[in-house]
Amino acid sequence: MNGMSLIVKRVTRYTVGLILLYGLYIVLHGHLTPGGGFAGGVIIALSFIHFVLAFGREEARKSVPERLLFLGESLGAIFFLAIGLLGITAGFFFLNFIAGAGTPFRLFSAGTIPFCNIAIGIKVGTGLFSIFIALSVFKLAREEGKK
Amino acid sequence: MIIFIMDIALFLTGFYALLMKRNLIKKVIGFGIMEYAVNLFLILVGYRKGAEAPILSGKITDVLFVDPLPQALILTSIVIGLGVTALMVALCIRLYQRYGTFDIAEIRRLRG
Amino acid sequence: MFEFYAVMTFMLIGAVIAVFIRGLLSSVIAVGAVGLGLCVMFLFLKAPDLAITQLVVEILMLIILIRATIGRGVSRIHRRSSVWIGASFILFSGVFILAAYAALKEIPVFGQALMRVSDFYIKNALGKTGAANIVTSVILDFRAYDTLGEATVLFTSVIGVLALMRKKGRKKTDERDEPDR
Repeated sequence: MNGMSLIVKRVTRYTVGLILLYGLYIVLHGHLTPGGGFAGGVIIALSFIHFVLAFGREEARKSVPERLLFLGESLGAIFFLAIGLLGITAGFFFLNFIAGAGTPFRLFSAGTIPFCNIAIGIKVGTGLFSIFIALSVFKLAREEGKK
Repeated sequence: MIIFIMDIALFLTGFYALLMKRNLIKKVIGFGIMEYAVNLFLILVGYRKGAEAPILSGKITDVLFVDPLPQALILTSIVIGLGVTALMVALCIRLYQRYGTFDIAEIRRLRG
Repeated sequence: MFEFYAVMTFMLIGAVIAVFIRGLLSSVIAVGAVGLGLCVMFLFLKAPDLAITQLVVEILMLIILIRATIGRGVSRIHRRSSVWIGASFILFSGVFILAAYAALKEIPVFGQALMRVSDFYIKNALGKTGAANIVTSVILDFRAYDTLGEATVLFTSVIGVLALMRKKGRKKTDERDEPDR
């Protein structure tokens, strides 16, 4: 897959960072404003896809290694499960055990909910980006006069 | 009540595309339309007239809220729908590589 | 109430165009229009979480669908489906309409939701969890087990796509793949 023209490449240098920052903002403020882990994770994946579509597959392969994608997705899932299992010692499953710390309506409140949001954001973002990479590696042959 | 009937009409449109069209991509599109109709129906049941979005803020107390439970369930359903559609499209691409067409009767004939 | 009917009419027209038009790329664009109309409908129904999620998921679904249909412009399939499929469509939609009619008599009038379970969630969201977003506290604290199941489903679909698109190792980007007979 080739990249696009020079104007698209120059503009993409500035917009990729902004989209990634917006996705991180939505993930981190999931317990105060609408959004949460899923929407923020998809926006993070969209920023990587924007980079690959503008610069082409070969140049993107140098910037984002593939081992990091598989590692990120598995680590996100394991981190989310580990937060849930931490309450097993007291007999609960998915207990929000630091719910009282911090004041409401601030960034540091609501117990384990921000950590769960971060884990889900990493998992969804890297998973959807690796779906896109898998679907765009093979190029299909064109229809050659069939039907 | 009319809005529920319009929603059921949207569902039946997607169902028609899923059954009666022979192109595989049209079947995937019909499945997507059915999924939109089902998500919309559950949110329509939980709406309350004159209520606010379910987000608390420090200043306003004692307001009516819409139902937050269907919204939480449909949030996961939207993302699952994306995963299922991606898997269906991957299957369509593999079928095209193997048989050269998207027509489902042609594929059945070529399989022998 | 007028805006609900206007957006629903827009979605219905878009869905009919998506089903009946000949070109594949045009029908994918029409499905995109239906999805964006659904996002506006979620905003009118006071569900901002869902509107953000539906918008970005719709964009990603359009990218994946266009990837599958590029280069294959018009669907050149002229013959109709068999009579049995048409008969089964009429039978199933008849059963569905009967069941929908029986169900529509039971659910409350549009605009007055019975909130028997959600009263507990609304009253105790700030006290027990400390989160200001009630929907987030429902999916990550009161019902976190469902979110674990959803993360598993997404993980499985990613593994499925990676396993399907990996035939005889990965090829480099400049080789073309022939359909084998």
